[in-house]
Amino acid sequence: MADAPPVCRVEGVVKDYGDGVVTRVLHGIDLELRAGELVALIGPSGSGKSTLLNIIGLLDRPTAGRVVLGGRDATGLDDAGLTALRGRTLGFIFQFHHLLPAFTATENVMLPAYAEQGFPTAAMRQRARALLEAVGLGHKLDARVTELSGGQQQRVAVARALAHEPRLVLADEPTGNLDTEAAHEVFALMRRFNRERHTTFLVVTHDGRIAERCDRVLEILDGRIRAGE
Amino acid sequence: MPFEWYVALRYLREGRAQTALILAAVSVGVSVIIFLSALIDGLQASLIKQTLGSQPHVTLVAHEILARPLAPKEITAATTVERSPQPIRSIDRWQTVLDQVERVPGVLAASPAVQGPAFATRGGADEPVLVRGVDPERFLAVIDLRPKIVAGRFRVAGDGAVVGRGLAELLGVRLGDKIRLGTVDGREAMVTVAGIFDLGNKEVNERWALVSLRQAQSLFELPGGASTIELRVAEVFEAERIAGEVADLTGLEADSWMKVNAQLLVGLRSQDSSKLMIQVFVVIAVMLGIASVLIVSVVQKSREIGILRAVGTSSGRVLRIFLIEGGVVGVVGSLVGSALGTVFSLFFEHLASNPDGSPTFPVDLRPGLFLAASALATGIGLLAAVVPARRAARLDPATAIRHG
Repeated sequence: MADAPPVCRVEGVVKDYGDGVVTRVLHGIDLELRAGELVALIGPSGSGKSTLLNIIGLLDRPTAGRVVLGGRDATGLDDAGLTALRGRTLGFIFQFHHLLPAFTATENVMLPAYAEQGFPTAAMRQRARALLEAVGLGHKLDARVTELSGGQQQRVAVARALAHEPRLVLADEPTGNLDTEAAHEVFALMRRFNRERHTTFLVVTHDGRIAERCDRVLEILDGRIRAGE
Repeated sequence: MPFEWYVALRYLREGRAQTALILAAVSVGVSVIIFLSALIDGLQASLIKQTLGSQPHVTLVAHEILARPLAPKEITAATTVERSPQPIRSIDRWQTVLDQVERVPGVLAASPAVQGPAFATRGGADEPVLVRGVDPERFLAVIDLRPKIVAGRFRVAGDGAVVGRGLAELLGVRLGDKIRLGTVDGREAMVTVAGIFDLGNKEVNERWALVSLRQAQSLFELPGGASTIELRVAEVFEAERIAGEVADLTGLEADSWMKVNAQLLVGLRSQDSSKLMIQVFVVIAVMLGIASVLIVSVVQKSREIGILRAVGTSSGRVLRIFLIEGGVVGVVGSLVGSALGTVFSLFFEHLASNPDGSPTFPVDLRPGLFLAASALATGIGLLAAVVPARRAARLDPATAIRHG
């Protein structure tokens, strides 16, 4: 496995904010995520975790340095190119599930594929239902997400992140908002998909117990990677 | 269903209050536009119809005879030239002119007439009248008087005459009674009342006496002549243009009803411009309403928009989602508004009616009006959605998700 090309490579990423008073949030980050890894990214608030995650997730552009996803350099891509690359390669799980409240569980899981292709297909629906069953929500397929509990919503979010078979799933404090039991379930789900489908996960977390169950822990402090790489 | 439509329709359904609000704005706007147009168009059409009920569209007469000073200009004995009294003159070779003008495109019918002032007397009553000698068939093709006949029938052959209701009352005549017509030159004719008309115009009802062409020719000493030729045209607002064309063709003086009723036309035009003003402001108000509600909805949904973007929705799709919302609201609003406008208009039409049963405020609901209003509303919806949609499409996904 060590010889396979990395799923994600970050090289010398620097991020500045502000026009007048420039604040440097990331001071040259280098890291690699290999296929099938489940990596934790830890660090105190304000250390730049979320900024780094957004840059890897192509939601934000670095001031300097580059991000290579699945062998494709994101530098210089326009907005449409970033959206396409994001759609093909990445899945997202956010702290507050961020499902679309106007839609049902199945629709939410279908969304990434539907948004990418423009038209719904039977296969999309099939796949969404299968994923929801896999996360234990087979009985809530057509429920509005607002009718689900926090843990159930986060499981829908996991299913959505996996719907289009991304090679890398970025999870921003996926368990931060859940009680211990629900947090455990959601992590177990991620671990299961990681093992079964060989999907790479990068999990930002505050929770030491979650971090220690990951394959590798990256610690970020004041915009620099301190350990694990 | 395409993704954009699916999401747009779902958002419209979910945001019921907002959707209802902008739908109401569009519906009220469209109904006001339809109601106002129908009412003003209807009133104008009935005014024009009323006016043209007793007027030819174009009237041809021989040019006035102008007196010219005989002496050259250096002699300044007379500085003003009095206009000479105009005798009733025949149009030269009027049959040829008639043939000529009938062939002008847009002219439906032409009718020769001899007309002039006279006094109508019966017993002690004595009224000034306008005697119009006409060829019945041709006259009716230009001004259809038959539906306006209230007694007897339209018969002007021989000594038959048709007079207005007002004149009949002033003279106290009934059908079959005789009237003496006398000119200032002292010529006289006896005619028999064969029909009485009511054109809904006091002046015309009290002054017109229609007789046969031959009768008028002898009364005004124009044997075989015709003093005017009157035209009916296909498109009433083309009358002025056709009058010019006919004047050039024949060398006669041609006046259209538009020139004769310039005052009325000015009134109609200012009505049109006030209608346009009101419509423009209604459109602006509706657009501002739609745009502000959609902007609020974009702000409220910015986190969701960020999520859509994060899971792979292109900004073009996001743009189209909100444009579709605006367009759908426009289309649905125009349907509801058209129905509302029709109901208002018909209700208003039935509110008041004239003694003869026709509505006081006739409305003119043409299919074209609905098409135009619907196209307008859809356009308004799309246009109003442009700013919110662009705003949504430009949202930065990371910021939108974090700060909602």
